[in-house]
Amino acid sequence: MNFQARIQVTLKSGVSDPQGAAIVRALAMLGFDEVTDVRAGKYLELRLTAQDEVTARQRVTAMCETLLANPVIERYEFTLMKEQE
Amino acid sequence: MKFAVIVFPGSNCDEDAVRAVRRVLGVVVDAIWYQTASLDGYDAVIIPGGFSYGDYLRAGAIARFAPVMTAVRRHALAGRPVLGICNGFQILTEAGLLPGALLPNEHLQFRCEIVTVQVETNQTPFTSAYRVGQQIRLPIAHGQGNYYADAATLEELRAHDQIVFRYVGENPNGSVDRIAGIVNRQRNVLGMMPHPERAVHPLLGSTDGAPVFISLLHTWEALFAGPSPVETSAVGVRSACAGGRE
Repeated sequence: MNFQARIQVTLKSGVSDPQGAAIVRALAMLGFDEVTDVRAGKYLELRLTAQDEVTARQRVTAMCETLLANPVIERYEFTLMKEQE
Repeated sequence: MKFAVIVFPGSNCDEDAVRAVRRVLGVVVDAIWYQTASLDGYDAVIIPGGFSYGDYLRAGAIARFAPVMTAVRRHALAGRPVLGICNGFQILTEAGLLPGALLPNEHLQFRCEIVTVQVETNQTPFTSAYRVGQQIRLPIAHGQGNYYADAATLEELRAHDQIVFRYVGENPNGSVDRIAGIVNRQRNVLGMMPHPERAVHPLLGSTDGAPVFISLLHTWEALFAGPSPVETSAVGVRSACAGGRE
């Protein structure tokens, strides 16, 4: 079966995000001064094949834990969708 | 004593590290391609600075899975010295051989300048030739040198004298507790953002990096080749490296 995983990797709360802070300042400069916080993260879309959804979920979790996120500073979440053959 | 300098695609301080070892110590040093599976016969390993794998995903995240890293891990677990400089520090944290992580600099600038750091401990095989409290000038060149560790990890680092270098004066990247370099609990793996290999000749603006290499040689000599001038200060270092050679 074919699946698509949409993975979001974000910094854990408490880990400073200089990029997010710079975006807050840039938005304020452009008049969007109602923005009080920005946290920048990564979005990954991947396609995979697996025999069933449980297996696909296990494999994507393993990918996140091993490579895609660094558990020291980041957390991840993902949604899994079945794709047409 | 034999040194290995690991070369990843995107390393750019590998040649500097090779030349520093050769110039300061005059010992054998080989550049080792990242596909190499064994580091047998090498006494010390240097993971140099640069942008391995273009810093894709996270700095060091992909390099840590390169074939040579299995050998580096084995070398480290055997108690032999591993020195990670800049990108090498990032790789060692990603590999879990050192605690914490390196975030983008707080001000988001890439900083390339000479900074002053203080030697916080000389009870390591990398700093036995310095005095505790000695202030030295070393170059930095990084965009992601902002050391982060959670409160519990930081407490551990302090309790076990694992903070080896701290920035003096302006904190150039926002590192927690002004940390510029740390060792692991066993004291045989050092990660540091400043570049000692770029501070070994007056023409480079500083020679303050040379004692890092001298410390490694003296520690090794004290262990395996009879007395050396650093023997008295190398007590902690001895136990750190004791597993180095069976």
